[in-house]
Amino acid sequence: MKVNLRVWRQKDAVDKGRMVSYVVEDASEDMSFLELLDVLNEKLILSGEEPVAFDHDCREGICGTCSMVVDGHPHGPEKATTVCQLHMRKFADGSTITVEPFRAGAFPVIKDLVVDRGAFDKIIQAGGYISANTGSAPEAHSTPVPKANADRSFAAANCIGCGACVAACPNGSASLFLGAKLTHLGEMPQGQPERWERVVNMVETHDDAGFGGCTNTGACATACPKEIPLDVISQLNHDYLKATVGGRRKKA
Amino acid sequence: MSYSDFSVGAPVVDKAAPDGPIETRWERRKFGVKLVNPANKRKVKIIVVGTGLAGGAAAATLGEAGYQVTSFCYQDSPRRAHSIAAQGGINAAKNYRNDGDSVYRLFYDTVKGGDFRARESNVHRLAEISRQIIDQCVAQGVPFAREYGGLLDTRSFGGVQVSRTFYARGQTGQQLLLGAYQALERQVNAGTVTMYPRHEMLELVVVEGRARGVVVRDMVTGEIETHLADAVVLATGGYGNVFYLSTNAKGCNVTAAWRAHRKGALFANPCFTQIHPTCIPVSGDHQSKLTLMSESLRNDGRVWVPKQIGDTRSPKEIPHEERDYFLERKYPSFGNLVPRDIASRAAKEVCDEKRGVGPSGLGVYLDFDDAIQRLGRKAVEAKYGNLFEMYERITGENPYEVPMRIFPAVHYTMGGLWVDYDLQSTIPGLYVAGEANFSDHGANRLGASALMQGLSDGYFVLPVTIGDYLASNKLPEVAPDAPEVVEAEKAVQDRIETLLSINGTRTVDSFHRELGHIMWDYCGMERTEDGLRKALELIPELRREFWNNVKIPGTGAELNQSLEKAGRVADFLELGELMCLDALHRRESCGGHFRGESQTEDGEAQRDDENFSYAAAWEYTGRGSAPVLHKEELLFEYVHPTQRSYK
Repeated sequence: MKVNLRVWRQKDAVDKGRMVSYVVEDASEDMSFLELLDVLNEKLILSGEEPVAFDHDCREGICGTCSMVVDGHPHGPEKATTVCQLHMRKFADGSTITVEPFRAGAFPVIKDLVVDRGAFDKIIQAGGYISANTGSAPEAHSTPVPKANADRSFAAANCIGCGACVAACPNGSASLFLGAKLTHLGEMPQGQPERWERVVNMVETHDDAGFGGCTNTGACATACPKEIPLDVISQLNHDYLKATVGGRRKKA
Repeated sequence: MSYSDFSVGAPVVDKAAPDGPIETRWERRKFGVKLVNPANKRKVKIIVVGTGLAGGAAAATLGEAGYQVTSFCYQDSPRRAHSIAAQGGINAAKNYRNDGDSVYRLFYDTVKGGDFRARESNVHRLAEISRQIIDQCVAQGVPFAREYGGLLDTRSFGGVQVSRTFYARGQTGQQLLLGAYQALERQVNAGTVTMYPRHEMLELVVVEGRARGVVVRDMVTGEIETHLADAVVLATGGYGNVFYLSTNAKGCNVTAAWRAHRKGALFANPCFTQIHPTCIPVSGDHQSKLTLMSESLRNDGRVWVPKQIGDTRSPKEIPHEERDYFLERKYPSFGNLVPRDIASRAAKEVCDEKRGVGPSGLGVYLDFDDAIQRLGRKAVEAKYGNLFEMYERITGENPYEVPMRIFPAVHYTMGGLWVDYDLQSTIPGLYVAGEANFSDHGANRLGASALMQGLSDGYFVLPVTIGDYLASNKLPEVAPDAPEVVEAEKAVQDRIETLLSINGTRTVDSFHRELGHIMWDYCGMERTEDGLRKALELIPELRREFWNNVKIPGTGAELNQSLEKAGRVADFLELGELMCLDALHRRESCGGHFRGESQTEDGEAQRDDENFSYAAAWEYTGRGSAPVLHKEELLFEYVHPTQRSYK
């Protein structure tokens, strides 16, 4: 199949950037979208041009590295699918496909489709963990966890940290990412001692990193390749209110 | 002298494991190590390369202990290391099922599963620590699967008869890695760990015979930086990508380990690679990686091919009596649940007989029709729904309607840098953890044991043993302009300049694909004397062409993904040669290493314990020059070698 691509090219962080058109004549419908870019890049290299830089690693939808907006959708139009598992059979022969980086103030472009998502690590550093030094753990069965809590925790822990939620959000908010981590840890009995401290610290770091506020558009959950439920944001708001207005957070 | 005329050097011996009863060796080793005074720990610098289960756990734990840790990963975040893709689970001898499991049984299963090519002391320690790992991960909030009573659920896995595998749906690796990653980020926040994502290690700094630092490249700016320390830990994963197509992430590479090998660390059992039987077949030349379908599918799926060669009917039209359920036929007692190496080889055999299915003929059916009839579609959906969806997403075929097509793919490498019981390589001060070392799985790894080993090494072994080295040795500060440091930096610069200056006519990927074909054809599921000799001619030729004809656009002073790949492929072109030599010299079949010349009458792997009961640790002597073989004799005091049988 033949595909026309319009790809965002930007040499480095200071370059203004522009859309550039390419044609791939010999695409196959069994290719993943990233394999299509591989084919394009092989051609570009041989013709003496710079290949399109893009982030990718596991190519099986779990590492969260791949990050691009395809036809206006983070990870492309296919529901619950990272762009590495998006296949060309979903596009018509002769289509024109637009490819851009994830765009958000807190995710500056490094080159072409590669962005800096280091702000996510900073949010986790602020409290996205349970403090349990190695060796200090009690026997695993000493604390039963009701299955419903364990399942809800897992559904939130499923977040791959790709940033599609931020790219989809008109405000560039990372509330879905935040809410997912708070729900993962907050559903566990082990997560309770630091619960109120955690939410305040993570939210403050989120705001300082330049992510926007949440206005409940729900675009994040629609774009999320792992279908993190929107109600994790309710959990975030619930915990934040209890910690601050509710006075649960005890200053040490 | 040709490359295959290697010489045999002095044996290599593990001096770190205590003698005596195996049950107390680890206890006694822990008591025997010298300790670093807590006040002194903050003056000691440790470098950890890699942030998967082993590296992430090690960096976090060393940071908690108070050391100054510097951690590097090539990914944009430590959370993305490839441990994240592990699906099935993690073994632990908790015996929560009351099904007769014990530390000794896990030890026994692992030594046997590894086809008697692993070191007993290490494996026993691994089995002991397995229990602590589950405790630790639960304390971190890892959302393991639970039963209605709130207690942890377990399931069974290939090759064993107890239910000891803990899991978090099909994403156990992800959840365990996030636990380690969060512990790591907690230490970053505490100031004990300094994290450098998007940094790739390109050289090891060895000063006066000791590992004292690394040279890394900042993959965003291209800047070459040297980091010095008192000890270095490599937790840089396996080398399955030497085959180009594998289930590894695209970035997985051997460079850090290979650079250490070139600086004197012995590389052990490089030919021990694991081919996983249930992956989605290759669909065309564009294929960039292979996707694993969980081993658990073999619990209900039946594997078959048509009995007749050239039967092109659609699978539904082929009646039962014209199908060959070859695993059930050959292994009636284990059936579709034989271990990975055996299932893979059986699939290859029927494809070699031209009975393979799918457009390429390289595939076999994994059919759920009987399971759907027996259990109902709903029950099958509940068990495997997410896997079926993934299959459909990739292939466009609905496995509820037509059988899946699967084919074996490279998945894991048991070989790696040689380490002693303390996980120290043959370079003092260089420690190696996780898949990057060779230590625990022998010639074949059992399912759900990789996660166990990574976390055992990282959380519980290395943080103890490394202290012994740090407390026992005077490690004077290394000057940044010491000749060894300057030389290491210059070597990195020169190599990058050379790569960029070639400006030939072939892309890096084209070389990588060609190397992958050579490795798969001659050093894949079945290896023969002739094939390996052929590969040993082809690889050096390809390597010469690479260094004369590769084309890398751009410069070194920017994000340059072609340059990154070129450095990795250059090292694979050396490793591949060593793998073939190792496979050639080991004239026996064991575990994942199947030599066509060494099989029983009915085609099973035939070990040769008399001549090959050793780990082969290779010493580097120069590119393309014959390496020196150092043997570590393996003693089996507890589990006595027998022929594995799954009939």
